[in-house]
Amino acid sequence: MTRLPRWADLILTPLISLALAFAISAVVILAIGQDPWAALKTMVTGAVGSSYGWGYTLYYATNFIFTGLAVAVAAHAGLFNIGAEGQATLGGLGVALVCLALPWPHWALALPAAMLGGALFGAAWALIPAWLQAKRGSHVVITTIMFNFIAAALLNWVLVNVLRPPGSQDPATANFPAGTHLPTLSDMAGAIGVQWGKATPANVSFLIAIAACLLVWLLIWRTPLGYEIRAFGKSERAARYAGISPVRITVVAMLISGALAGLMAVNNVMGEAGRLVLNNVEGAGFIGIAVALMGRNHPLGIFLAALLFGFLYQGGAELALFSNIPRELITVIQALVILFTGALDNMVRMPLERLFGRRAG
Amino acid sequence: MTATDSVAGRHAAPETASVAPAIELRGISKAFGPVQANKDISMTVPRGTIHGIVGENGAGKSTLMSILYGFYRPDAGQILIGGRDAGITDSQSAIRAGIGMVFQHFKLVPNMTVLENVILGAEDSALLAPSLSRARGELRRLAEEYELQVDPDAVVETLSVGHQQRVEILKALYRHADILILDEPTGVLTPAEAEHLFRILRGLREQGKTIIVITHKLREVMEITDNVSVMRRGEMVATVRTADTSPEQLAELMVGRKVLLRVDKAPARPGAPVLEVVRLEMVDRTGVTRLRGVDLTVRAGEIVGIAGVSGNGQTQLMEILGGYAEPGARVTGAVRMNGADLPLTRTDAAARRRAGIGNIPEDRQVEGLIMDFSCWENTVFGHHRDPEYQSGPLMDNDRVRQRAERLIAQFDVRPANCHLAARNFSGGNQQKIVVAREIEEKPALLLVGQPTRGVDIGAIEFIHRRLIEMRDAGAAILLVSVELDEIMGLSDRIVVMFDGRIMGERQPDQTSAAELGMLMAGVEGGGIPPAQGQPRAHPDARPDLAKGIL
Repeated sequence: MTRLPRWADLILTPLISLALAFAISAVVILAIGQDPWAALKTMVTGAVGSSYGWGYTLYYATNFIFTGLAVAVAAHAGLFNIGAEGQATLGGLGVALVCLALPWPHWALALPAAMLGGALFGAAWALIPAWLQAKRGSHVVITTIMFNFIAAALLNWVLVNVLRPPGSQDPATANFPAGTHLPTLSDMAGAIGVQWGKATPANVSFLIAIAACLLVWLLIWRTPLGYEIRAFGKSERAARYAGISPVRITVVAMLISGALAGLMAVNNVMGEAGRLVLNNVEGAGFIGIAVALMGRNHPLGIFLAALLFGFLYQGGAELALFSNIPRELITVIQALVILFTGALDNMVRMPLERLFGRRAG
Repeated sequence: MTATDSVAGRHAAPETASVAPAIELRGISKAFGPVQANKDISMTVPRGTIHGIVGENGAGKSTLMSILYGFYRPDAGQILIGGRDAGITDSQSAIRAGIGMVFQHFKLVPNMTVLENVILGAEDSALLAPSLSRARGELRRLAEEYELQVDPDAVVETLSVGHQQRVEILKALYRHADILILDEPTGVLTPAEAEHLFRILRGLREQGKTIIVITHKLREVMEITDNVSVMRRGEMVATVRTADTSPEQLAELMVGRKVLLRVDKAPARPGAPVLEVVRLEMVDRTGVTRLRGVDLTVRAGEIVGIAGVSGNGQTQLMEILGGYAEPGARVTGAVRMNGADLPLTRTDAAARRRAGIGNIPEDRQVEGLIMDFSCWENTVFGHHRDPEYQSGPLMDNDRVRQRAERLIAQFDVRPANCHLAARNFSGGNQQKIVVAREIEEKPALLLVGQPTRGVDIGAIEFIHRRLIEMRDAGAAILLVSVELDEIMGLSDRIVVMFDGRIMGERQPDQTSAAELGMLMAGVEGGGIPPAQGQPRAHPDARPDLAKGIL
């Protein structure tokens, strides 16, 4: 089999897939009598045409980076973690409990504690499926899906019966104390004397997400643990031959994965909402699967793919607001992107391989 | 034996004049990207002969046969079957042209019966019953004609490997194959099964069938073929009458230089026992008893070879010793390393390595290497947590790479590029990576499983020499191989395993392939003394070759 050059594999293939997805989206938009060019302009302007747009795009991207990394770490161990949604839900609970526990004097103190809370809760939620897989052979795909539902139900119960402030009719926690409010990116730009944007939700968590990308890269490609995770993901029998414990790697990889998903709550719960509400993850756990797939489980790819999906989310919201294109079509466009960059990847890859193979020959 | 005797007379006169040859290849070329797999290959196979094709891995044998069987289209060249252009474009047209192929890995549906497997894809009506009854009659006829007895109603997975192979041959004959291609047909057979196969092939030749055998076992080429073609690096370097050549000459043609077929070694000087296995029993998680009280000692400075047909407990023994037996198995008995008991209940291959046990596993592609990892990453596989490869919390990849480059040079791994993924190396070079890694750690005990399976002659010679060097340096080596010649050539002592038991121990210079073969088949005491037996039917008829590595 001909191998593609690395740059073609990492850049050309997704770009062509993306172009195909947009082309088909354009046909669909034409078919309902709208102007695809105007739609694209609305999306681009809305998502990246202003600091306001960027503020939302980066906010969404931050969520997707965390869940994308979560899916990727598990994928390197050969585990398909579909439970990032539930793990992020539980991470939200962890963050909320930390934020409400103390009258935090300053966000810089609250943030590390909240990160720890989110990561611990997310990891704990991944631990049970991991343990069942490692010890009992219950497939992690099935159990993590089920744990998403359990997480949603658990959050529902906790918000209605435990954390709801007395007298409130809203299934949500009280607002977090002011000392837990994270600085937005525009606050931070202002602090260094740059005027950038205004009240948008992108916050300091974005920088944490970037740091997480770096740390995951180090973990996977530079540490003995990462070596073992990758080896186990490629061949369980070889891993056993090399003295790598399948039980240990399954559990450890899922713990890291769950912790990363749980960390997402620092962005959406602590950074944006300032309280814990129902369904606060809004599907970001599932988008993480597409992001990891498109980013080839590499942190840099995940970063770029998360930006793309942030763009699609924000651009799609703008499109629904400022055009006659129905909201459902946004989902269609997002689905096409996932379809082409993920599921139909080989459709683009194989002709490319033939092309490169001929050139090399 | 009369059939075999009459065939022997034809051995020297394979040519059937004035009839168009069964197969004629003219100028076949095939490239995969930059790799020229077949270069202008021409070959003629006369009707009613057995034709051997030998060559190292990657020499292009499989590509050539795949072209003949319609899997690949050649870039240039012509295939004539019976003198006419057969127009082979896919395997369907190859079958129509009368070509049948028996693959190394059988293409049978394990949970279907022999009969169902035979008609699979050749059902000739919407209802199965008429096809089945026709096939039943046809099978009976074929069975009588060619000694191809198989119970048509047996489920394939219950059959022995030798019988499964017969089903493959029957499948081809049922489709009216006149030309039969067999790829490494004896790789999985016991010596007796191989002998039976040869009888079948001679019978088929008697009936005018043409047979092509791809193999790397030169002894078999000498025994069964009429003519032999040698391939090297995509080219056909020679086609000779088997009677006019010798294994040494064929090996030289294959490799392109003189090859030492015999393992050259001094007598062993065994020291203190390093490994002691006492009454080792193992029941796997499905409840099957795999080891039934194995007793075994390996001393420093000696190679103990375990002969046996694969699947008789060798794998389980090696996995237990290496500390990576499948979880859930029940193991009893004792394993001592330099007198100290090793824990058997907990499997921990890393601890075994620290205890000084090196391990070249039976299946390098599934166990010994991570195929997608680069060569340099693979050179620390299993030792990746050793302190010398760490710097702080990270792995010292620079150091690992430098070491990998040194190993590549020392073990002559080709291509000498430690950044290539393991899967991009040939089988022999993959094995060299594993051997280099395990030998480099200087273990007191080295477990070696199938060290040369699928490995080129040149690399076999190299690997064998390294193992002997290790032995001479005082290491204890436990060798498992299904290649009897390898066992006989390398070992200082031979034990034979059958059904999870040690059947007996022999000295390599005081036994014969025939005697070991009987032990391997579970016959107590080896049945026939080495001096007797049936000379022509057994490999030891060629004492000059019995010790060879091929």
